[in-house]
Amino acid sequence: MTRIVLGCAFLYFFVPLVMTVAFSLWEGGSVYGFAAYRSLLHRPELPTSLLLSVELAVATAALLVTLLLPAMIFMNLYAPRLRPVFEFVAALPFVVPAIALVAGLSALIEGPNWLIGTPFYLVIPYFFLALPFAYRGLDVGLRSIDLPTLTEAAQSLGADMGQIIRLVVLPNLRASMIGALLLTLAVVIGEFTFANVLLFRTYAVFINQIGQHEATEAAALSVFSFLITWGAMLGVLLLGRGSASLAGAR
Amino acid sequence: MTWRRLVVPYAFIGAFFLFSAAFMLAPTIMLAIQSVQGDGGFTLEYIASLGEYRYRIAFEHSLVLSIASATVGVVAGGLIAYAVLKPGAPTWLRSGVTSFAAVAANFAGVPLAFAFIATLGSLGLLTTLLKQVGIDLYGLGFSLYSISGLTLVYSYFQIPLMVIIISPAIAALKPSWREAAENLGATDGQYWRLVGLPVLLPSLLSAWILLFGSSFSAYATAYALTSGNIGLVTTEISNVLSGNVMSSPQTGAALSVGMIVVMVGVLLLSATLARRSARWTAPR
Repeated sequence: MTRIVLGCAFLYFFVPLVMTVAFSLWEGGSVYGFAAYRSLLHRPELPTSLLLSVELAVATAALLVTLLLPAMIFMNLYAPRLRPVFEFVAALPFVVPAIALVAGLSALIEGPNWLIGTPFYLVIPYFFLALPFAYRGLDVGLRSIDLPTLTEAAQSLGADMGQIIRLVVLPNLRASMIGALLLTLAVVIGEFTFANVLLFRTYAVFINQIGQHEATEAAALSVFSFLITWGAMLGVLLLGRGSASLAGAR
Repeated sequence: MTWRRLVVPYAFIGAFFLFSAAFMLAPTIMLAIQSVQGDGGFTLEYIASLGEYRYRIAFEHSLVLSIASATVGVVAGGLIAYAVLKPGAPTWLRSGVTSFAAVAANFAGVPLAFAFIATLGSLGLLTTLLKQVGIDLYGLGFSLYSISGLTLVYSYFQIPLMVIIISPAIAALKPSWREAAENLGATDGQYWRLVGLPVLLPSLLSAWILLFGSSFSAYATAYALTSGNIGLVTTEISNVLSGNVMSSPQTGAALSVGMIVVMVGVLLLSATLARRSARWTAPR
């Protein structure tokens, strides 16, 4: 029974990967080689779109660190009564699908142009895309340290609030923070919904556009995307908190 | 010193709430308002238009696809998680499956769609290979660009998602429960029917809901695979938004509200069921 289950799973998960790699190397007839990869290197949109996606990922991560992280730390330290409100906000992106949020955003926000005309407008919806798992990851991290005791200990030694956060809370949160940020990176780089509807040329939009004409190049880009995801997840797992990896660029 | 202790924390908490209210809550409320607002004020015309064949079929497709892929995910992912977590399973298998699940659960969207087109598309490598040995998949009625094809593709992220979510619950099944059941003469089937599954039921339910949601709101995979030609609610909304079809923005808003209603309904249903099942499994 176990062998049948694992055998089927192995086939289902590895055959598409092997086939995609083989397909990306196909040059027509029975000729195989790196033509698809070579021709990708000559497309100027590849580096620009990938760079844009990486910049958006970094900007989203920066927003999470400046907006979500301090709010969560202060909530845990000073206002634990507000936890249900945080839970509610963190659950909202699950109830309101990405495509509905983008419909709402375009109905609500029609300007100014300096905001909606730049690709960095995407950082706003990406913040909410990353919110559920960033919240969960940081929450696990914050709960696993005994915050009240640590705070009292630090205060009795004369530390002020800034010192407590900088020297006590943040070092303890490092692993869950890096985990959440790597997941954000993987999700934002693969994100398609918002970028496609709002007409920004990110990496996923570029892959889709290639795929409409060049099947082997699209396969090559899929292999590349798999490697990016793999690298990000490897980072998360090496931090030892791999269980919090529920993202969503679907 | 005291003012800093009070003002700074609440300023940060307030900033987070304000941002969420402005860019998450307000757009959602805006959708609800827009969906009932016609040229001459309040109207239910757009909500009613969801009953049209085109949108009814989109909801039907989305629901069937989400229920099918969530169910496949829960069953297959649950079996895989159990197979690698049960006592005696080698450690390398456990860590290998866990790490692969983390990667595959996040390998979705456009790249996943193209990986499957390269494999099982009408000119895909596996399709061609099978044809050479005499199995014509597309001749047999299979198509990657159908609801069953989409279910096959979605399972690629649903199954690993399930493995990740359910592993802690399966790992928490105590071996002593099983030993106790065996000492009392229970068969393997009886153990699962009377002990294992009832204990796991709340976790299985919430996992199913999560998988349902991840597939119901999925857009990129379906769009890249079918170019929006197979009617799903998400692709219909994007058609409205990008002006591919002659419908008003209010129709897009009504469709979005419909999606939110389905998600809230599913969550409420699961909360009710979980409470009911918790009654039987609550520790005394």
